[in-house]
Amino acid sequence: MPAYSAPLARTRSSPKRLMARRTNVLPGFGLSLGYTLVYLSLIVLIPLSGVFLRTMELSWGEFWQVATSPRVVASYRISFGLSLLAATINAVFGLLLAWSLVRYTFPGKKLVDALVDLPFALPTAVAGIALTALYARNGWLGQWIEGEWGIKVAFGPLGILVALTFIGLPFVVRTVQPILEDIETELEEAAASLGAHRWQTFRHVLLPILTPALLTGFALAFARAVGEYGSVIFIAGNIPLVSEITPLLIITKLEQYEYAGATAIATVMLIISFVLLLTINGLQAWTNRVTGRDR
Amino acid sequence: MAGATTLHTGADRAARFEGRAATREPTWVKWTFIGVSLTFFTLFLLLPLIAVFHEALRKGWETYLAALVHPDALSAIRLTLTAAVIAVPLNLVFGVAAAWAIAKFDFRGKQLLITLIDLPFSVSPVVAGLIYVLVFGAHGWFGEWLLDNEIQIIFAVPGIVLATLFVTFPFVARELIPLMQAQGRDEEEAAIVLGANGWQTFWHVTLPNIKWGLLYGVVLCNARAMGEFGAVSVVSGHIRGETNTMPLHVEILYNEYQFAAAFAVASLLALLALVTLVIKTWIEHRSAADDAPPQESGPQGAPA
Repeated sequence: MPAYSAPLARTRSSPKRLMARRTNVLPGFGLSLGYTLVYLSLIVLIPLSGVFLRTMELSWGEFWQVATSPRVVASYRISFGLSLLAATINAVFGLLLAWSLVRYTFPGKKLVDALVDLPFALPTAVAGIALTALYARNGWLGQWIEGEWGIKVAFGPLGILVALTFIGLPFVVRTVQPILEDIETELEEAAASLGAHRWQTFRHVLLPILTPALLTGFALAFARAVGEYGSVIFIAGNIPLVSEITPLLIITKLEQYEYAGATAIATVMLIISFVLLLTINGLQAWTNRVTGRDR
Repeated sequence: MAGATTLHTGADRAARFEGRAATREPTWVKWTFIGVSLTFFTLFLLLPLIAVFHEALRKGWETYLAALVHPDALSAIRLTLTAAVIAVPLNLVFGVAAAWAIAKFDFRGKQLLITLIDLPFSVSPVVAGLIYVLVFGAHGWFGEWLLDNEIQIIFAVPGIVLATLFVTFPFVARELIPLMQAQGRDEEEAAIVLGANGWQTFWHVTLPNIKWGLLYGVVLCNARAMGEFGAVSVVSGHIRGETNTMPLHVEILYNEYQFAAAFAVASLLALLALVTLVIKTWIEHRSAADDAPPQESGPQGAPA
């Protein structure tokens, strides 16, 4: 598989372009596209547009007042700051885990590989109470971390970091792993035969290939962490200005029937999600270009 | 968003790296990497999983079983199954339709459509719940009309189903679109030219080609449908025995300090997650076996 030959990738696109002009004999275009568009509009687009239309009922001043009130700004700082930190932790350890899974043989590897996806499959509420049980002062880990060393994890910002690290873990591993698997041994052999050390080979040969995937995984983990709710609220302690995440504020406002406030904060979060979605699309396109996966 | 969950069938080929001097690290580096990776894995994945079962059984089997057969728990299990039974097939049909349109035809705005299908993955679950409150809630667009006609959506089962539909919306489509795009349309065109009708082509040509990806998407979709917490929590209203799904029931028990019972119900969800992972791993093996070139006669291990 010549995974890294850009010229080949380029020539492959021309027959595809020719194919596009060929008349399509397959049936069902109108039906399938029509159904797709109607269903997408009913379930996603129309309800989502409701948030924006509702926000527009607010004046700019009112919107600004809600979206930048001290408690809300503190929650942005907590949500985004800790998500960024969690995604960074996942980028480092996720790369290490993916590397170990692809490059080494060790006992229990199959089990580890399968369990990496646990955060995708385990309901967030279950993850939340399990992590709380572990890191609370009487928990298996908490009795050491908090009891012996005096570092409070559960019911504080560090607890949020633990939960966000948990739910973001598979993203980096699963985006980097296939790229690592596709790398041909010849690349490193060439580098070694030219006198490169192992570290130089990694730094100058492997890392440039891995960087786009690593950033994609990082961005996916970050985007997921920013919106996360279930696993966080049990362990966070939810102290206003200290460990209160933005999604929880939306719920709090809803429960107090402050629809306008909830909608304004939701709008801010939605806009950020859109920006992240576009960033991730761009990063994925970059990954495909670097690794020759765009045929 | 779930770019990381697409069906991926890499066989274990670590030996090819470990066997060559140029692609091998010193032994101490190797074991340090493995050690650090496994410590991270144990702290963040393995221990939480074990903790669920440990806490659930802390007060013995009797308390465990009593928590599971409690009427509120049973009603939560029923509601969770109901939501999944409605949401998964609907999103399955959508996924197949969307993938058929996108993979087999060329039209303008295709990339935009793919991005829009991905949208629910990047929306916070809480916002996903909120949008339905804004549309169907008492103060929502259709609030008054629904009230006049005595239809309740928010704080009732339909709201829970809608929220579940939203958060699981892209799973099947995401899985099928790249798969069907990679397969092209030659086989289907041959079938049509040979006189098959549309449904025959789909059942006998397309479906066998996409069955593993389809199953994969359905399994992940189901896991999320049964486990969703944030979105469902916003629209549910937490009415015991009526609008509580299993994850919401776990929350209520936990907040009432009935830890053993909370973990008992949570352990059922953890079991579901484990079953999901087992099926997922099994699909990956089957799919890899199907993808492997059939000519096994050639010398093994010699790269072409």
